[in-house]
Amino acid sequence: MAKFETPLLDDLEKGPWPSFVTDIKRQAKTKPELEDLLGQLELSYKDKETHWKHGGIVGVFGYGGGVIGRYSDMPEKFPGVAHFHTVRVNQPSGLYYSSAYLRQIMEMWERRGSGLTNMHGSTGDMVLLGTQTDQLEEIFWELTHDMNTDLGGSGGNLRTPSCCLGMSRCEYACIDAQNICHDMTQTYQDELHRPAFPYKFKIKVSGCPNDCVAAIARSDFAIIGTWRDDIRIDQAAVQGYVKGELTPNAGAHSGRDWGKFDIVKEVINLCPTKCMSWDGNALKIDNKECTRCMHCINVMPRALRPGVEKGCSILCGAKAPILEGQRLATLIVPFMKMEPPYDECKELLNKVLDWWMEHGKNRERIGELIGRVGMREFLKAAELKAIPQMVKEPRSNPYIFWEEADVPGGWERDLAAFRKKHPL
Amino acid sequence: MDIEELKAKIMEWANKSTKPKFYFKDMGKAAPEVGLREIKKAVTALVQEQKLELWSSGSTSMYGVKGKGLTEEQQMGKHEE
Ligand code: SF4
Ligand code: SF4
Repeated sequence: MAKFETPLLDDLEKGPWPSFVTDIKRQAKTKPELEDLLGQLELSYKDKETHWKHGGIVGVFGYGGGVIGRYSDMPEKFPGVAHFHTVRVNQPSGLYYSSAYLRQIMEMWERRGSGLTNMHGSTGDMVLLGTQTDQLEEIFWELTHDMNTDLGGSGGNLRTPSCCLGMSRCEYACIDAQNICHDMTQTYQDELHRPAFPYKFKIKVSGCPNDCVAAIARSDFAIIGTWRDDIRIDQAAVQGYVKGELTPNAGAHSGRDWGKFDIVKEVINLCPTKCMSWDGNALKIDNKECTRCMHCINVMPRALRPGVEKGCSILCGAKAPILEGQRLATLIVPFMKMEPPYDECKELLNKVLDWWMEHGKNRERIGELIGRVGMREFLKAAELKAIPQMVKEPRSNPYIFWEEADVPGGWERDLAAFRKKHPL
Repeated sequence: MDIEELKAKIMEWANKSTKPKFYFKDMGKAAPEVGLREIKKAVTALVQEQKLELWSSGSTSMYGVKGKGLTEEQQMGKHEE
């Protein structure tokens, strides 16, 4: 018999989708404190306001992130969730787990926490939902000593870097996304665990421009695999698609009758830069106009492959809507080679971080700082040259303040002569 | 500046602050002549020594003098007399 009536929550169990309410109710059979979670949540829906206090002082010794304090504002009524903290666990690159590891972590979480998880949180971590303050150091010890796992980032920190599964399974990968992600996580440990940034900072790595981790939309520093030479074309395989011998999109859209594959309609005309042509025999690509959107490669993966000179593009400044609205990232480096130990990338990142730490306002993401002080100031700090891709659209930012050093040959300026002609 | 001297300056600034919690960057005002990376080292040591403590909403972090403002016990609903 449930401890509280929960008609509003019960409504969320109807319909075709799996319901988190059902999951919590099931777990409450062995963890009675979750009855209080259901009760508090029902009341929050009824009152139309949260009954969690805003944040809290909580953590493990030596770390300033990884644990998020959650305290009920009605501890007498809901003692089971008087404190119900979240633990973020640093996920492995590409989210590969052994079943033994998952069993170990779940056994620990059943014993020391609620058993509820969120696999995975939007930053990428494995999120363990609901434990008490006196369990935190024990959890931290078991994670680090018995499971060789660390806490992830939270607060005004570097957040746990995340990546796609890259070269481990995907033929499109142009960079070793998993190794880059792991290396960045190791290199920036201090930034991950000890908050000194104006706000959160996310690094995400995608192996190719398909950008499966949405780095371009969700990370302050996006590393996206690309190539700078020509798309490799196998003309015989192109014919194979045209004749219907090969299935377009590797069968991803099968199951409905889309009619015969039409290369002009489905590939040539959908190329965003119109740099492809098909004369009925051969496919041609004007590679200098290609923006590496991946569309043609996704449709005909047996016929088209990224080039062989691979590296990454780096974009900066994306964020989700919370505070000030969302932003997409700006391309700051069109191509950079990415070989371990990724020094060039880290040097750039260090400059970006130093500038943001110095000039960012509290709770201002780097993209907002760039928006406030201008791309020009950012480029000076990052020691990068302006490129056309940084112009949002033609004529949107025509007022460029050139300095003498920016202009080949410089200029002579006789202020006295100018004033004589234009007296004040 | 010697780290002990910097720690003392930060604690003096923090104790004088009228706010119970402050952002990391604001602690830079304790010693504007040193860089924020140096401030971070001193602040990390002060947290280890349990003179400063961290508050977090999950998305933001703030620091405070341990025991000043809301305490760890009070947030659990156990109000000290
Ligand atoms: S981003 Fe590219 S490389 Fe990574 S999984 Fe997606 S398609 Fe593959
Ligand atoms: S990758 Fe995109 S832009 Fe480049 S040729 Fe293919 S469809 Fe066109």
